[in-house]
Amino acid sequence: MAAVTLDGVTKRFGQIVAVDGVSLTVADGEFLAVLGPSGCGKSTLLRLIAGFEQPDSGTIRLGADVVSGPDAYIAPEDRHIGMVFQSYALWPHMKVAENIGYPLRVRKLQRVELAREVAAALAAVGLEGMGDRRPADLSGGQRQRVALARCLAMKARVVLLDEPLANLDVHLRARMLSEIAAFRNLSHATLIYVTHDQAEALGVADRVAVMESGRVRQAAPPAILYRMPSDGVVSRFVGAGAVVPGEVTATFANGHASVALFGQQWQVRSAPGQAIGPAEICIRPEDLRIVGDGQGFAATVARVLYQGGRTIMDATPALGPGTTLSLSLQSSEAPSAGSTIRLALIDGWVIPNR
Amino acid sequence: MRWIPASRGEHVAFLTLLGVVVLLAVVPVGRLAQEALAPGGKVDPALLAGVLENPAVWRAARNTLTVSLGGVVLAVALGGAFALLVTLTDLRGKKPLVFCFMLPLMIAPQVTALAWIDLFGPNSTLLGALGLAPPPGTRHPLYGPQGIILLLGLEQAPVVFLAVRAGLRALPGDLVEAAQAAGAKPWRIVRTIVLPLMVPAIAAGGMLAFVGNIGNFGIPAFLGIPAGFTVLVTLIYQRLAGFGTSVLSEVAALSLLLAVLALGGLALNGWLARRRDVRVTTWTTAAPEWSLGRWRRTVEIACWAALLLILVLPFLALVATALVPAIGVALTSRSVTLANFHFVLLDYAATRRAFVNSATLSAVAATLLVIVSVPLGYSLVVRRAALLRAVSFAAELPYALPGVVLAIAMILCLLRPLPLLGFSLYSTIWIILVAYLSRFLLLALRPVTNALQQVDPSLDEAARMSGARFARRLATVILPLVAPSAVAGGMLVFLTAFNELTVSALLWSSGAETVGVVLFSLEQAGDAVSAAAVAVVAVAVTLTMMLFANALASRVARGVLPWQP
Repeated sequence: MAAVTLDGVTKRFGQIVAVDGVSLTVADGEFLAVLGPSGCGKSTLLRLIAGFEQPDSGTIRLGADVVSGPDAYIAPEDRHIGMVFQSYALWPHMKVAENIGYPLRVRKLQRVELAREVAAALAAVGLEGMGDRRPADLSGGQRQRVALARCLAMKARVVLLDEPLANLDVHLRARMLSEIAAFRNLSHATLIYVTHDQAEALGVADRVAVMESGRVRQAAPPAILYRMPSDGVVSRFVGAGAVVPGEVTATFANGHASVALFGQQWQVRSAPGQAIGPAEICIRPEDLRIVGDGQGFAATVARVLYQGGRTIMDATPALGPGTTLSLSLQSSEAPSAGSTIRLALIDGWVIPNR
Repeated sequence: MRWIPASRGEHVAFLTLLGVVVLLAVVPVGRLAQEALAPGGKVDPALLAGVLENPAVWRAARNTLTVSLGGVVLAVALGGAFALLVTLTDLRGKKPLVFCFMLPLMIAPQVTALAWIDLFGPNSTLLGALGLAPPPGTRHPLYGPQGIILLLGLEQAPVVFLAVRAGLRALPGDLVEAAQAAGAKPWRIVRTIVLPLMVPAIAAGGMLAFVGNIGNFGIPAFLGIPAGFTVLVTLIYQRLAGFGTSVLSEVAALSLLLAVLALGGLALNGWLARRRDVRVTTWTTAAPEWSLGRWRRTVEIACWAALLLILVLPFLALVATALVPAIGVALTSRSVTLANFHFVLLDYAATRRAFVNSATLSAVAATLLVIVSVPLGYSLVVRRAALLRAVSFAAELPYALPGVVLAIAMILCLLRPLPLLGFSLYSTIWIILVAYLSRFLLLALRPVTNALQQVDPSLDEAARMSGARFARRLATVILPLVAPSAVAGGMLVFLTAFNELTVSALLWSSGAETVGVVLFSLEQAGDAVSAAAVAVVAVAVTLTMMLFANALASRVARGVLPWQP
């Protein structure tokens, strides 16, 4: 009923193509994060679903109903979609309870029932008894919760979240992120969450759609996105690590391939039907190990970044002077900058040729 | 540009408002141009040529330019210097200083003119009490161009002040700091850095002052007509008052000439605004406040002394004149009387009626315009389509054009019986109301658009996501957010309409007098003491209204109340 389906949606602003032929299906009750750098078109995508923008071509469906299409357009106020704005959009002249109850008043709910729904929504986000406060008297995190409670009270089947944590302190973000996960469990709504922060996206979403230049590069569960990025853009944007040129010398039926890299042969994962020949290999920090003399390949430690319990180490292979490989090590095991070490590849991923 | 699909209710509302704006602003101005260029439907250059060949017209045009430009020079000197002092130095008491400095803009020009006439004339009650009055029979020193220039300059100085202050506030502090680091002293920095960067702001303010000057009626009417010194505005007034509607085509042509002058000034202003260096408007640190050091006290005293001279003394002269039984009688504890106030407020039917008329007209115009402005302002700010830019330009036209031009346009539109209704609004009070609605729409609209621009659009979008339609969003979200500014806009309309003379001088009829009109009639009839009493009451109403508006100040969008710092 509340699945969101986009089919070839394109939106231009003058010369700029903000959203470029996006096709995407969000299942009923699914939590989809849309991840991308600023200006990639992710906010426009959200406003298209909300109805604040009309697509130049393509259709948008809510369940079976076409809400935006070549000859259909349903106004935002008739879509019954909840939205949490980056600025929270709490009306400063209304009390917290009035803010939450507004969608219900619009729908002419009985006074008693309205009060009950508002109290339930307040309780659900942990703001019991705060209904009489003004938004101006609340902290950033509390405002965020009021915005969530408003979507909860209106029982929206689809809730859009536009960078909801961008205005919060770093230490509050992790907490609000789990609040959003809790909200999802309470509301059973379909959630579409726009962010530029990969930690947010990978942490809570069922599926992440990576956007770049108006297009969805890959939409997949976080683990797939991280382990098997479909192209170089996704692998660079999601997770740390390096993308290095190598050569596939053989492929195996078990989803592995043999690649020539830094003068040696390594076994890495690959997509079915991977061709033999030059390819890009995605190497995550945990794919590398420091090994003893006579094993692996030589590399020079370029930089050591102490981060408390762990230390990030960047190393440059002797046979790949332009490449930087990152490793995450126990701080006690970290070599010093400038020293020569030997590294081995225990895993990796051949980026599919497209 | 962001195009949010509108709902049907919003379309209907917007098209209705569009119709209102077109009827109030576009139709009258178009009708005026048609009458001047093609009276009776046929293009007839002879009429315009005949007007342009008349030497009296050329003399009036030359006089208009002389006093307007003279007034601009004075306004730029006063307003610019005051803006520099207030923005760049550690002067104390800036708030009351700015409030007082802005007063000449808020007080009706005819009241100012009357106050100065009462101050310096041979019959000056105030100077007479001090034994300083010019001997009886001498010509009033302010009659003629020099007096007009002085008062125009004082009245428009606040306009220049506002423009220059806005420019100084946008001046990046690091430009000044770089000059300080280079070793320049404050005075040199003002001359070599600040003033050159302020040229566009000064020019813009001067242009606005120029447009205000050429349309001013009260000052040249009070100081020019007795000296036989005619400007275009008073020429139009005299032609129409003397010959009635038979010379409509001729005064329409004269009005068009005036309109072209005004629009030329505004076009130049717009051009200057676009040419302004955008790099200067980028925000960095604010410009520093220089210490005046041991000069601070001296400068403060000088500022207040200047205000005493240009504001307090004329007003005291006005009050003194209003308190004596007849002109020429010395003001003593024995002669002082409130009889003049009793007369104009209670006994004399025309003045009594005028106060009621002006208060009613102003209140009705303010109320109607506020009601129209909120939905119209919403459409203008939230949807910024090309058509809407045209609408906001149209709304500016009747306010920017000289009031006399608008009055002639209104006569042309409303002289004949209205279609469908079958009666004419001419020589009724309704024509004044229509003219006020047209002229002051901008005053009500601008505060609302100002306030809406400071409202986060997501507040409206969140209401849409909640399912609220146009009318409900307007009532429950938009209106509460902009209400203080909208009310302040209504107060500005009331203030301006209550003090207005330019429009009603040509549109009034017996029974439909305004305060401005009776003030003018009393002065022309030589009843100086009653005129002074009317003027004192008008100033009292103005100040009361300003103080009421001030009570809202903290909740009103920045820049709505011109006298607020």
